[in-house]
Amino acid sequence: MEQGVEGLTVEQAIANLQQTEDLGLRYYAAWWLGKFRVAQPEAIDTLLIALEDEADRSPDGGYPLRRNAARALGKLNEPRVVPALIHCLDCPDYYVREAAAQALEQLGDKSCVSALVNLLAGGVEAAVPVPGKPHLVQPYEAILEALGTLGARETVPLMQPFLTHPVVKVQLAAARALYQLTQEPQYGERLVQGLQADKLPLRRSALIDLGAVGYLPGADAIAQTLAENSLKVISLKGLLEFSLRDLPSSAETWEFSPESVHIMQLMDGLL
Amino acid sequence: QAVWNLANAQDLAAIPTLIEVLGYNNPGAAVAAVEGLVKLGERAVPILLENIDGYDYGARAWANRALARIGDPRALEMLLEAASQDFALSVRRAAAKGLGGIQWEKLPPEEQQTAQERTLTTLAQILAKDEEWVVRYAAVVGLEGLGQQQGQFRERILEILRSHLSQESELAVRARIQWAQQKQPTLN
Repeated sequence: MEQGVEGLTVEQAIANLQQTEDLGLRYYAAWWLGKFRVAQPEAIDTLLIALEDEADRSPDGGYPLRRNAARALGKLNEPRVVPALIHCLDCPDYYVREAAAQALEQLGDKSCVSALVNLLAGGVEAAVPVPGKPHLVQPYEAILEALGTLGARETVPLMQPFLTHPVVKVQLAAARALYQLTQEPQYGERLVQGLQADKLPLRRSALIDLGAVGYLPGADAIAQTLAENSLKVISLKGLLEFSLRDLPSSAETWEFSPESVHIMQLMDGLL
Repeated sequence: QAVWNLANAQDLAAIPTLIEVLGYNNPGAAVAAVEGLVKLGERAVPILLENIDGYDYGARAWANRALARIGDPRALEMLLEAASQDFALSVRRAAAKGLGGIQWEKLPPEEQQTAQERTLTTLAQILAKDEEWVVRYAAVVGLEGLGQQQGQFRERILEILRSHLSQESELAVRARIQWAQQKQPTLN
């Protein structure tokens, strides 16, 4: 098994995904095609078929193969898969919906905005936990982050109430998206507050969010957060790249802004 | 807070405890322990070198950070090996930066040049070959430190940075190279 896995070729991976005998091989092949970004038409076609799979079912009724196929398609930069992923947003499996929202975010095609907005129906009042499950009724973090990345400015009023959702991770996702859409400091500061959260996973989330949106006034707070240096450096790298966004890449010598220099000093200190 | 008290006591007897704290997987406590070890300076170096944790890369990264800040050349072999070979990127990056801050004057004069040449070669290889951007970034910081201390290497370091710049894929590393170039006093 180990050897077969390591020696997988594109043809084998596609064949493994097409066969129906060994569900484990199919599951692995879907992941493999995404991991190695195999974007040839046959791979895409096979993954699209896997999105409608009925054979691979988890004990709680989920569709593990569909989840992996959606994640893989998010990495393959092929616009024709967007309608199929939008269709997955109605799948009864929460994790398929989450994977589809994340994949649609990665593909960057705005045609999915209204389908994502539909999942926010009922607003914060409807965003309650599913009894007996470790998640809410919808993958709100993935939905909000996708809408932010896709630049769906018209969704700002829909998102604002999620800043007060009882789940802190949902609040942070809303703040991240709202900052991306409006560039208003109040939302960046909400992420900075997240760096002070009691729980380490929340502080990590806030670090990732600040790096992703490039909130420059957060640099010092990032450097001082009680978390791993590795993650703080990655977050500051996001800020540094944002601060350099207007530099002409052709210039022989770069003129650094005071912010860029300060961020590099902070990064040096965390190595 | 208990660790900060221990760190501020500057007591040699506290060294083993401070080193133990590096392995607690608690960033706040580890920062305090590193500060304490750095304050104790070269007196902490032999015990640190004897107690490098081969199994816990988190602890190894913090220990390398302490050795890097102290800059004692007795840690040179340790830092060279860690920077180029440790499997954990957090250890490699801490060691690569530390190689730029060795206090060369503490080495006997006849050993200095060979040791500095090895350091320069190792950092240049890391910059060219390490797969992790943050380790290459740290190698730039290390080269910058070496060049600032040892003027005779400045020209070669600038050449290493210049030739790497065009093949560097990560914007953050390119930026750090540009900044290092701008910081080296101009040669004329």
